Amino acid sequence: MKVLVPIKRVVDANVKVRVKPDNSGVDLNNVKMAVNPFCEIAIEEAVRLKEAGTASEVIAVAIGASVCAEQLRTCLALGADRAILIETDEDAQPLAIAKALAAIQEKESADLVIFGKQSIDADNSQTGQMFAALTGMAQATFASELTVADGKATVVREIDGGLQTIEVTLPAVVTTDLRLNEPRYASLPNIMKAKKKPMDTHSPADLGVDMAPTQEILSVEPPAERQAGITVESVDELVDKLRNEAKVIS
Amino acid sequence: MITDPEQMSALLDAIRRFVIDVAIPNEDRVEAEDEVPPEVVAAMRELGTFGWSIPAEYGGSGLTSEELALAFIELTRCSVAYRVIGAQNAGIGSECIIRDGTQEQKQRYLPRLAAGELLGCLALTEPDAGSDATALQTRAVKTPNGGYVLNGHKHYITLAPIADVFTVLARTDDRDRGGSGISAFVIERGTSGLTTSGSTPKMGQEGAPIGEVFLEDCRVPADALIGGKEGVGFSTVMKALNKQRINLSALSTGPAIRMLDEAIAYANERQQFGQPIGDYQLVQAMLAESKVEIEAARALILETARKRDRGEDVTLDVSMCKYYSTEMCFRVADRVVQIFGGRGYTKFRGIERFFRDVRAFRIYEGTSQIHLLNIGKRLLAGQN
Repeated sequence: MKVLVPIKRVVDANVKVRVKPDNSGVDLNNVKMAVNPFCEIAIEEAVRLKEAGTASEVIAVAIGASVCAEQLRTCLALGADRAILIETDEDAQPLAIAKALAAIQEKESADLVIFGKQSIDADNSQTGQMFAALTGMAQATFASELTVADGKATVVREIDGGLQTIEVTLPAVVTTDLRLNEPRYASLPNIMKAKKKPMDTHSPADLGVDMAPTQEILSVEPPAERQAGITVESVDELVDKLRNEAKVIS
Repeated sequence: MITDPEQMSALLDAIRRFVIDVAIPNEDRVEAEDEVPPEVVAAMRELGTFGWSIPAEYGGSGLTSEELALAFIELTRCSVAYRVIGAQNAGIGSECIIRDGTQEQKQRYLPRLAAGELLGCLALTEPDAGSDATALQTRAVKTPNGGYVLNGHKHYITLAPIADVFTVLARTDDRDRGGSGISAFVIERGTSGLTTSGSTPKMGQEGAPIGEVFLEDCRVPADALIGGKEGVGFSTVMKALNKQRINLSALSTGPAIRMLDEAIAYANERQQFGQPIGDYQLVQAMLAESKVEIEAARALILETARKRDRGEDVTLDVSMCKYYSTEMCFRVADRVVQIFGGRGYTKFRGIERFFRDVRAFRIYEGTSQIHLLNIGKRLLAGQN
C-alpha cells in the first residue's frame, strides 16, 4: 500500500510573527520555518503504517519555492521513503494546490493520502477536502485514530459532540487532528540517511496546473492587544466589576 | 568542525523541538518525582542523544567536538536532569571505552550505550580521592587465572544507582602511588561483588541520581581491563575528562541561555512603580552582563572545540572553558534570581531550581580552584 503525504512549509509554531507595516501579510524575513505541525502528524502516521507492515511506501510531497526542500528533507529524516517537490514561486492557494496534488496522485495512484487537517499559517482547512472532491476519493477528516485493514480505513473523528467513527473504502483521503499521534524526533543518523533518499522536482506546468491566485488578501491585522489585568481588593469589588464593567453577571 | 551545516541545523531543530515540547513542560514533574519519566527517556533515545559522541561504526552519531558542543548547548535549555540521563553516555559514560578500549570492548558496549539500552557511568571519585584523583585506594589484584579482584569504595558517582555499566578506576600497582599505578576496568551491573547505594540526597538536580559504588571481592575477567593494559587507566580517564570539560562547559551554557530568556520575559511583564521592571537601567545592566558573559563563554567553548577537532592540545583551553562557563552560569543564575526578586526565591517558574542545579557545575569535573591552578601552572611553564 502506497501512502502519499502532502506537507506544507510554514512559520515555526514557536515564532511570534509580526504583521508587516503595510498590512499585506506577516513578515517572513529571517523567520524560522518548519513543517506544519498537522502535516508532521500525517507523516508520523504514514511512517507508523509502514513500520507496522501495512504500508509499503511513504511519499512526501510539497508545493512552493525551492526552499521547501528543507521541510521535505525533514520528512525523509522522519521516515518517508522519497519526496516530490512541485516548485513554484507563485502564492499557492488551496484549489491550485489540490489540483497539483491530484495530478501527482494520477501518477502515483496512492491508496491512502494523509493530509494535515489545516496549516497553522492560513488555517483554511480546505486542501484535503478539495483534493478528495477532485480525485473522487472518499474522505475522512479530523482523524484522531486511524486503522487500515482489508482495503478499508476506519477513522475516529473528533467532532463537537464527541467522537464519531466512520469507515471509508480505499483509496481514501484522511486529514489528521492534533491527537492522532505524537511525531518522533529526527536523529542524526536518520538526518544523514535522508540526504541520500530521492527527491523529484516537478513544475506546475509539467502537471498542467495553473497556479495563478484566485483570491487576493486585502489586509492582515494583528489581534487586539490584551489589557493588563488588575488585582481586586475584595470579593465585593470583584462582583461589582463583573456586574458593572465586564457585564458578565447581572 | 562542522561536517555538514545543513544536517547540523536539522539536528539542532529536532533538539529544540524536544526541549520546547517535552523537556520544559515536564520540569516540575521531574523535580517532584525525582525521576526523568520513561516517555521522556524514550524521546531522547529517538533523538539519539545517548550516542552523539559515539563513533558511527558503533551506532552513534560521531559528532565532532564542535558539533557536540552545539548540540549540548541546545539540549540544556531545560532542567539539568535531562542531559544527565540522556547524554552521560555521550560523555564520561562511554569515553574511556572509546579512547582506549579494545576492539572487543567497543563492540560489546558501544552499540548498546549509543542506543541508550545501557546507561554508563564513571566511577573515579572516592572519599579520600576527590580533586587529587591519583590518591585513589580501590585495589585490583591480579588472580592466577588472569582476572582481577577489586576492593574499594567510590562515592558521588553520577547515575551510580541506576547505571548498567561502570568504568571503574583502581590501583593495580601498590608500590606506585601516582597515576601510573592505576588501571581502568569496565564492569557490568550484576557482577558479583559490585553493589550500589540508593540515591545520595543533594542540593539540586532532582531526577539525576548520584550514589556510591561498593566493590567487595568483585571478580572480573582479564578482558574487563580497558585496553588490556595495566597502568594506563589514569591517562585514559584524563583523556576522557579533557574532552568532557568542553562538554561540561557547553552543558553550563544552555541553562544560562534559558535563565536569561526567562529573565527577559519577566522583565517585560513584571510591573513596578507603574512600568515594566525592564525599563529600569539597573535591571537592564543585569540582563546585559549576563548576555555578554554567555556569548563570551560560547565563543571560547566553540573555539576550543574547533582546536580540539584540528588535533591541537587543548589541556590549557579546556580548563579555561570549564572555569569560565561554570562560574558564568552561576553568576547568571544569581542575577536572574535577583531580577525575579521574591518570585526567584520561591518555587515559581523553576528559577530557584536552576540556581540549585547549576551550583554543582563549579564543583564537579575539576573544581574552579583546580582549574585556576592548572591554568596558572601552565602559564608559568611557558604555555602562553
